[in-house]
Amino acid sequence: MARTDERNGCRQFLAFFSDYIDGELEAALCQEIEAHLAACENCRLVVDTLRKTILLYQMSSPPELPADVEERLFKVLDLEPYLKHHRAHKGT
Amino acid sequence: MEPRYADERDLVTALKAGDRAACAAMVERFSPRIYRLALKLVRDPDEAEDVLQETFISACEHVSQFEGRSSLGTWLYRIATNAGLMHLRRRQPDTVSMNDPVELEEGEFVPRQLVDWGWNPEDHALNEELKRVMDEAIAMLPETLRAAFVLRDIEGLSTAEAAEVLGITESAAKVRLHRARMRLREHLSRYFAAHQVAGANGGQRDGTD
Repeated sequence: MARTDERNGCRQFLAFFSDYIDGELEAALCQEIEAHLAACENCRLVVDTLRKTILLYQMSSPPELPADVEERLFKVLDLEPYLKHHRAHKGT
Repeated sequence: MEPRYADERDLVTALKAGDRAACAAMVERFSPRIYRLALKLVRDPDEAEDVLQETFISACEHVSQFEGRSSLGTWLYRIATNAGLMHLRRRQPDTVSMNDPVELEEGEFVPRQLVDWGWNPEDHALNEELKRVMDEAIAMLPETLRAAFVLRDIEGLSTAEAAEVLGITESAAKVRLHRARMRLREHLSRYFAAHQVAGANGGQRDGTD
């Protein structure tokens, strides 16, 4: 498949794709981009896969704070007595 | 039972008064998020733990300097991000400083991968291989782009908050975020392109349906 094409003016829009996805563009520019996307398959693809890239990272499950790491943190801060309290309430 | 110091203003007041229970409450509330951020930034569990500890040691010591202009969470993110970037720089002394503009060559903005993934994130669970590729892609980002992406898209901070954490303007934060996303997109597109060769439907399917 061909690269995004200079002749279609793709490059002037590329820098705004993130703002477009985030809904942070002013209305006039947003409309311009939508008109371009309607006509340009390559840019539609870039926007679609850019959106999916963000979604993929957002849906990946975040790492939990391991219990031993938490324990050492409370210890280094000299807060150990509070950890027991914290865990007692977390467990209920 | 109501969590202690449910109101952040009460928490901050108690912290400034040197209340140990308030310090514990702050650690309870924010340590999971700070650890997650640290792990995504430095990508090593031991170093992430160091960053976590350094963040809260510093926060407990310097809470009198917290002026309440940002939220407590944003303030902690800022300490943690700086600590994380410091670790990365120690590891790779040649990488750019946080204050350097991230100037990339002109070609950076031209997407090279123009392949339809044939895959919808909403429809499928992530498999281990894809998770590995996603981790690899983050690892390849320059640290300043990585920090912007992690804060904004993984931790869910607003543009204004991410800019505040990074100590840069909102427009600079947007530029970094966009460049990070575009690079990640390129990397993931290569993965999906390779998988489309195997199955006509591409993506995660194995061609049996």
